[in-house]
Amino acid sequence: MNALAKSCLDIRDLSAVLPNGLRVLRSVSLSVQPGEVRALVGESGAGKTMIGKAVLGVLPPSVRIVEGDMLLEGEDLGKLQPKARRTLIGARTALIPQDPLTALNPSRRIGPQMTDRLVRILGWSGEKADTRIRQLLDEVQIRDPERVLKCYPHELSGGMRQRVLIAAAFAAEPRLIVADEPTTALDVTVQKQILRLIAQLQREHGTAILFVTHDLGVVAKISQKVSVLYAGKVVEEAETAALFAAPQHPYTRALMAATPRYTDPLASLKPVDEAVLAGLAAEIAAADQAWRHPHG
Amino acid sequence: MLLQRFLIRLLTMAITLFGVAVVVFVVIRVAPGDPIAMMLPPGATDADIARLRALYGLDKTIVQQFFIWLAGVVRGDFGTSISLRQDVLGLVVNRLPATLELAIVALLMALAIGGTTAILGARERGTAVEAGIDIASGAALSIPDFLWGLVLILLFGVLVPVFDISGRVSPQLNLPFVTQFYLFESIVRLRFDLTKDLLAHMLMPAVALALPLAAIISQLLKQSLKEVLDLDYVVLARVKGFSETQVILREALKNAALPTLTLVGVQFTFLIGGTVIVERLFSYEGLGNMAIDAVINRDLPLIQGIVLVFALLFVLINLSVDMMYALLNPRLRHG
Amino acid sequence: MDEARISRHGSRARLWLAGGWLLIALLAAIFAPLVAPQDPLAQDLMLERLPPFWLSGAEPGYWLGTDSLGRDLLSRLIFGARIAFIVAFAAALAACLVGSTLGLIAGYFGGFADRIISRIVDVWMAFPPVLFAILLVAVLGTGLSSVIIAIAVIDWTRFCRVIRAETMGQSRMDYVENARIAGYGRIGIMLREVLPNVVPSIVALLSLEMGIAVIVEAILSFVNLSISTDDPTWGGIIAEGRLSIHQAWWVLVFPLVTLILTVLSFSQFGEGLRARFDPVLR
Repeated sequence: MNALAKSCLDIRDLSAVLPNGLRVLRSVSLSVQPGEVRALVGESGAGKTMIGKAVLGVLPPSVRIVEGDMLLEGEDLGKLQPKARRTLIGARTALIPQDPLTALNPSRRIGPQMTDRLVRILGWSGEKADTRIRQLLDEVQIRDPERVLKCYPHELSGGMRQRVLIAAAFAAEPRLIVADEPTTALDVTVQKQILRLIAQLQREHGTAILFVTHDLGVVAKISQKVSVLYAGKVVEEAETAALFAAPQHPYTRALMAATPRYTDPLASLKPVDEAVLAGLAAEIAAADQAWRHPHG
Repeated sequence: MLLQRFLIRLLTMAITLFGVAVVVFVVIRVAPGDPIAMMLPPGATDADIARLRALYGLDKTIVQQFFIWLAGVVRGDFGTSISLRQDVLGLVVNRLPATLELAIVALLMALAIGGTTAILGARERGTAVEAGIDIASGAALSIPDFLWGLVLILLFGVLVPVFDISGRVSPQLNLPFVTQFYLFESIVRLRFDLTKDLLAHMLMPAVALALPLAAIISQLLKQSLKEVLDLDYVVLARVKGFSETQVILREALKNAALPTLTLVGVQFTFLIGGTVIVERLFSYEGLGNMAIDAVINRDLPLIQGIVLVFALLFVLINLSVDMMYALLNPRLRHG
Repeated sequence: MDEARISRHGSRARLWLAGGWLLIALLAAIFAPLVAPQDPLAQDLMLERLPPFWLSGAEPGYWLGTDSLGRDLLSRLIFGARIAFIVAFAAALAACLVGSTLGLIAGYFGGFADRIISRIVDVWMAFPPVLFAILLVAVLGTGLSSVIIAIAVIDWTRFCRVIRAETMGQSRMDYVENARIAGYGRIGIMLREVLPNVVPSIVALLSLEMGIAVIVEAILSFVNLSISTDDPTWGGIIAEGRLSIHQAWWVLVFPLVTLILTVLSFSQFGEGLRARFDPVLR
């Protein structure tokens, strides 16, 4: 119990459904310890982004959580009033979004977009927030903060915008950051810089990160622990090093076999092995059956 | 780039106004009735008629008449009203403020009603509240201002008589005003008793004009708000801890309002067009009411003047909306 | 899926309700001499301002009461429907024909034709429409054909703007390009490939325009500029009702309700038809 209470994030048996009854999350359990990077890996549609959104309380209205608990530093999010939950999530978490092009409001300058959480949610003075933001901009290696803060988003490149978003995410010293495929929308050359930057800031600030990605290469570089997700279900969970050394689940092995080596771009065209997927589908259908008719 | 855009708009504006002038002139000259004959008492001689025709310039060819009139208009001389025997420009300038005040009050109402229901509908999207707003705005949109005016007269003029249903201001009041902008001046002079009386007269015609526009604003703004509310930067704002209302007001509204704005401009000109019949309905002493009298009296110079002033108003509104759009859109401003 | 089905149900219900009211009104208009209980023009000062049937003082046979000249309100409404529908059909069709043709030409051919037509539309949009209609009828002289011409002259731009925009969109589609590559002529493509795709919009607009025509006719009657003053028109009855509002509210209420139902029905009918015939929405 004591060890659990110290977890930064604890998800227990989380299930969610769409209006048509389709389950998008199937009894997902995972935890993120303070200061640790937990990768959440899977193909698109596996529900990995859904988990991130569930934690942050921004699931689409059509997705309904039907069972399970989410504990943020021991506080049960499901037991809080909506307003209290929003404030708690706003104070202790942050999001590094997937697409820096759409994650900044086109009609507001960068400065206020970076400081608004500090001032309006956390109640900092404008001066303190300003100093803090400049410090963070320096940490993400933005040379001319003066100019950047006065810019509108469309005046910055994709890489610069992602730096701004990373700086904003770390600014309030959150306990947990959800990074939702933060490099996917960027150029390959920029991807590496951004990844290195996130890793560096994570180390310096000791922030726990739930890192959502489809890329096993990224998983190997950034995370200490990893959960492999297929069709809304965690099929394998391990220390990152152990997973790469000895993948246990057939799906993990199939995913690794399909992962491109950086030297061979054509490899990315290789699909995950069909036989493995068919086996998994049957397994999940059986589990769904059991879930719908617990006594049957 | 902004200046270039402005100059091009100014040029097309001039062409449009010239077109309006030509069309009005042609339409009016087709009129079979002879306004001069109507002005003179029975038994007037042909010589009298000819003298008067010459006085009003009606003895020249149509093309000549047009350019004489146009040259006058450019100098600010719109001619003399035949029925009221006064300077047309003076008459129009005297009546225009009443219509402008009515239109602006109606526009503010439409923005307030439309904006509030759009924000409410977007916040409560997918619920019965949104469905109710949809039905209400659908009905408000389909029923034109003329019918709304009649409904309001029945409801608040007869059934529950709380508002005056005719005129601009109670006739027994002593008015200290030096301009024709009564409402504006009453506020500036802190004569709120008069402001109240003016608003009580203005309320029903303004609501009749505002309802269809409010419905359009509500529908368009709600639609674009709902589109914006799915975007990443709005999700990010929710993660930051802002409430849904804060998210809508701070992050979504400005970007969603931009596409609505251009359409509101055109719709505002429709609203002003609607003042013609609504003023008639409520016996409100504005430009539109005078215009209908002018048509009935075949007062050619006055009709020309009024139509041209309306057209000028319309193109100016479109121009300012276009400029406002350019100013509010950071991409255009810096592009 | 659920939402789509509900909205389809909703649009079907609207289509039937609106169509039902329009059918009743149309039948009443066609068979007015058979349906109307009284002569709509017969004045009887002994019967002036009779209230509708459920109030005390009502006379049998005068269901909705009478106006200040003792004329039967229901009969006047029924005969007024004739003029309303004639104006609605004729004016909307004329406006549609002119506006859609110009809109297709401007949208499909673009260039010089588009510039000229768009400029004319700009000029038209700078007129206050109601004032323009009143002016035209004053110039042309009162009468049914003047009213129809006036409405068509004012409102063709509504069709022109929408059809132009839609045609422009359609013209950029691949199937138009394919037809051109296949060697069809420009006018052939316009009529065979583009026109069928803008028909749903034309139909919806046509229905909407019929409602607007009914209103404009009522406004013209209201300012005493529509048909000869003897013929019963909805707008004429409203003008009369507006004057005697404190003595006989029913003279204003019944034509007003009739007008609102008719206008709502025309617009909902148009929307319903569009939903039915639009291949994308369906």
